[in-house]
Amino acid sequence: MIRNDWCPGCGNFGILNSVKAVLSETKDEVILVAGIGQHAKIVDYLNVPSFYSLHGRAIPAAEGIKLAKPGTKVIVFSGDGDAYGEGIEHLIFAAKRNIDITVVVHNNRVYALTTGQFTPTSPYGFKGRSTPAGSPEIPLNPLELILSSGATFIARGYPVKADHFKSLLLEAIQHKGFSLVDSLQVCFTFFNQYDLYNQKVYELQGHDPADREAALKKMREWDYNSDAPIAIGKFYQADKPTFEDRFRPDKPKVSREEGIAQVLRSYI
Amino acid sequence: MVTLAKTGNEVMAEAMRQIDPDVVAAYPITPATEVVMIFAQFVADGLVGTEYIPVESEHSAMSACVGAATTGARVMTGTSSQGLALMYEILPIASALRLPIIMCEVNRALSGPINIHCDHSDTMGCRDFGWLQIFSENAQEAYDNVIQAVRIAEDPRVMLPTMVTTDGFIISHCMEKVEVLEDKVAKDYVGEKKSPYSVLDVDKPVTIGALDLTDYYFEHKMPVIQAMKDARQVILEAGKDFGKRFGRPYGFFEKYKLDDAEFAIVALGSTCGTARVAIDELREKGIKAGMLKLRLFRPFPAEEIAEALSQVPNIAVLDRSDSFNAQGGPVFTEVRSAMYNRNAKIINYVYGLGGRDINVAQIKEVFCQLGRADKMPMVNYLGVRE
Ligand SMILES: Cc1ncc(C[n+]2csc(CCOP(=O)(O)OP(=O)(O)O)c2C)c(N)n1
Ligand SMILES: [Mg+2]
Repeated sequence: MIRNDWCPGCGNFGILNSVKAVLSETKDEVILVAGIGQHAKIVDYLNVPSFYSLHGRAIPAAEGIKLAKPGTKVIVFSGDGDAYGEGIEHLIFAAKRNIDITVVVHNNRVYALTTGQFTPTSPYGFKGRSTPAGSPEIPLNPLELILSSGATFIARGYPVKADHFKSLLLEAIQHKGFSLVDSLQVCFTFFNQYDLYNQKVYELQGHDPADREAALKKMREWDYNSDAPIAIGKFYQADKPTFEDRFRPDKPKVSREEGIAQVLRSYI
Repeated sequence: MVTLAKTGNEVMAEAMRQIDPDVVAAYPITPATEVVMIFAQFVADGLVGTEYIPVESEHSAMSACVGAATTGARVMTGTSSQGLALMYEILPIASALRLPIIMCEVNRALSGPINIHCDHSDTMGCRDFGWLQIFSENAQEAYDNVIQAVRIAEDPRVMLPTMVTTDGFIISHCMEKVEVLEDKVAKDYVGEKKSPYSVLDVDKPVTIGALDLTDYYFEHKMPVIQAMKDARQVILEAGKDFGKRFGRPYGFFEKYKLDDAEFAIVALGSTCGTARVAIDELREKGIKAGMLKLRLFRPFPAEEIAEALSQVPNIAVLDRSDSFNAQGGPVFTEVRSAMYNRNAKIINYVYGLGGRDINVAQIKEVFCQLGRADKMPMVNYLGVRE
């Protein structure tokens, strides 16, 4: 047994429990990849093949694994510092490729492991250890960013709403293409947002995830800064070819030997 | 001068406050986080005039430092391990462009496996990037070295970036008694930044970092090579003046009971504190043990080291990282090369990887094995399980 190191009240417990439930239901072969941060410890607490990568580099490692083992479900657990900061370029390009992996971002809107600095999704004026006078930056909206990058499954979940979160996770994993589940995981110690989320969070109703414009509008409702209502649920889903589908679409239909023979013949 | 109880990270931040750089760009990483976080608080409290950028990665941090330094600004940062590794791409740019950026680097083992404790693999990994590298034995030296580093780096004979290192947790997080200079006295010693050129000078437009191929690249590397050589004199002057003003002189290294030693170790960083105890105990038993404590690793003071060790027949070099060159650690390789035409028997001990503790008994054992140095393997691994 590995001792669990998260603080009492940590939102990561909710994610862990949901992941356990979902993984015990699926029959697929699964490989987990983590970044570096409090979130990453999740792979320590699951008896599943996993790769602990570097801070910011979980997504490209997962892409490599997926390409080598196309039949496997590859699930990335990443922090907001990890995926929206240090390694944001990887998120954008994985979405652009629409590679068939699932990225769960533990978006506690703080660097928890390094004890409380602001991240790309911390609100303006956030007083953290690197910004004692308040963050001078406006947060970015990862959902909007990832929509314009080409992701084909975009959801936001609140792990406290466990059943809802579980169903989002399951759908994200089943989705063929790049999926992002932005998870409002609360860091109890460095940025306790339970009260705010419990007040503001509501489940999307009557929203058509196939409608890109409607999705964008919903994503813009809360910009990770204002005190607008916070929608959770599936914002966007599209059925588009994945990177694996598009990779060498002109793949020769003939055997390797015949292919070589054809090339050689063309020189005669 | 006031005496304070401070950790290595706290005194590095304190030195930064006194230096009051124009720009600091940094990203948090254990165990260096506190240096820049404490400094961020100084900025917030208005104790410094610094523009502070809490960037999104170390790659950005060092890039921002380079950008700021090209304007002639005095620039500082701090990092460790993977953070330093992510800066590697930009480190040689800083030296090539002759930008005297100062870095507080807290030594931590490189991944993988991931580890947060001290070894020197991160700093040694960038030993050939044109940065001066100064090691500290304790918090006092960390403070003194940062203050001196600015003056050394900005000297017109040098104009090279400089990193001052401490050992992760062992120095960075341990509270010690430290003598801190009065602000004004520290500022006087450091002096004002003078810059020979700036991208901001619209009357004298310059392009920095332009393409440089087979025609001139080599010629443009030569001044960096020369500046590294010239830095030695500047470091000696700065250390001597520091001693004259504040009673704590510095050189390339410190000789500890070395002059009549029959057995000596060469080491750097916090381990030297442990080694002093071992040496004292051995001396009490009549064993002529001594140490050369290396402070400066880049530029490497080869001739002076060879001279200092010239009377010692048996030498063990302690390395807190391995070179993976199948020939031992980086300090060993350098020391052995410095001593190539001397008669001493020199062996290597690689120890303390990933923060593995080293204690007095182990160092005494090294001295004991030096007694039969000719029967020992060239490279030995200390404190590791079989
Ligand atoms: C290159 C590099 N820089 C910095 C760090 C130090 N570091 C480890 S985790 C982390 C931030 C973690 O924040 P986040 O990704 O949001 O994860 P959380 O701890 O909040 O789950 C940092 C800065 C590192 N490991 N590697
Ligand atoms: Mg986080």
